[in-house]
Amino acid sequence: MGKPKLKEHKINRRWCKGCGICAHFCPKNVLEIDEKEKVVAARPEDCIACKLCELRCPDLAIEVITK
Amino acid sequence: MAVKDYIRERFFPQMWCPGCGHGIILNGLIRAVEELGINKNDIVMVSGIGCSARISGYLDFHTMHTLHGRALAFATGIKMSRPELNLLVPMGDGDALAIGGNHFIHAARRNIDITVIVMNNRVYGMTGGQFSPLSGYGSLATTAPYTNIDHPFDAVDIAKSAGATFVARSTTYHIRQLTDLIKKAITHKGFSVVEILSQCPTYYGRKNREGNAYEMMELMKQITTPVGSKAKKENPDLVETGVFVEIDKPEYCAQYEKIIERAKKDGLVRSPSTGRGRVSPGLG
Ligand SMILES: Cc1ncc(C[n+]2csc(CCOP(=O)(O)OP(=O)(O)O)c2C)c(N)n1
Ligand code: SF4
Ligand code: SF4
Ligand code: SF4
Ligand SMILES: [Mg+2]
Repeated sequence: MGKPKLKEHKINRRWCKGCGICAHFCPKNVLEIDEKEKVVAARPEDCIACKLCELRCPDLAIEVITK
Repeated sequence: MAVKDYIRERFFPQMWCPGCGHGIILNGLIRAVEELGINKNDIVMVSGIGCSARISGYLDFHTMHTLHGRALAFATGIKMSRPELNLLVPMGDGDALAIGGNHFIHAARRNIDITVIVMNNRVYGMTGGQFSPLSGYGSLATTAPYTNIDHPFDAVDIAKSAGATFVARSTTYHIRQLTDLIKKAITHKGFSVVEILSQCPTYYGRKNREGNAYEMMELMKQITTPVGSKAKKENPDLVETGVFVEIDKPEYCAQYEKIIERAKKDGLVRSPSTGRGRVSPGLG
């Protein structure tokens, strides 16, 4: 069993408030806030599935699904 | 269980401002309960009034949203009648240490098995950014436009000296430590206090020019250091995080149960089946 790998970011756009906490603290700069002030996974290929974005989101709006 | 199983989804998106640290505490608390594997029906959350206190509405435990500063009085009553339940009391800094200061110190003194989480954003968020007893000398608030001249309380020091048997501090930046300390506090038998530095970007952050939510969290990283570190000796202004107190002392409900047993032997208790429903001597 190796390290978990990213399957997808599950983003709840209805709950996300675009605070930018997840994007700012992402160690791999995977996430961005779009023009609608919601988070998007702009560079999912760089994600190391550390889940820090999910753990720090105040709105429970981002989930890191691994395979 | 998944995070979704612990929340009342119908109340989401939650009411806190974008980036409010209280949401991160909600997140960390759910993980702590999930990792401990406690049945959510064995948890009672009692909160007072404040942005922080709104947390109880979002969680699918038994919850009570009570009076400003008085959550610990309600929680004490519940714990004494149902000592087998886990009592969680999230409190704002104002809720815990301004209006609720006396409840806080006396609950700590009794060492009743309750877990308090002080969600310290150093301000009265809910009512519009007035300074609290934790704002600190020199800070700005809507009620201190020329800077606050009140010296602050230190929540950890107060909890320690009032008799809490588990005392810890973390921040919303330190999310894994936050979760770990809440787990330890819940597991500890006795009065446990975890102070969590939380950001209120809307009032404290804006007034004190600390920037947006993540900039405030960057600041938390800068101003903190693990308890007992060398850095603290070199820079006494740093705020320590980690566990400050973890001791065994007789717990209030357990002691009270013993008193009931003794009273029963003396024939002063009417209902031996429940052990409760006491009567005064002469009335039984
Ligand atoms: C008895 C009483 N006094 C005053 C108030 C008004 N009030 C509501 S919340 C609050 C302070 C909230 O500050 P804090 O506890 O730090 O929580 P925060 O909103 O910052 O999370 C006050 C003074 C009240 N609701 N009840
Ligand atoms: S931390 Fe949460 S609410 Fe904030 S931008 Fe990211 S997903 Fe949205
Ligand atoms: S899991 Fe880690 S690397 Fe991937 S987006 Fe989240 S914070 Fe970035
Ligand atoms: S006013 Fe402050 S404490 Fe209240 S929800 Fe907004 S950011 Fe959070
Ligand atoms: Mg406050």
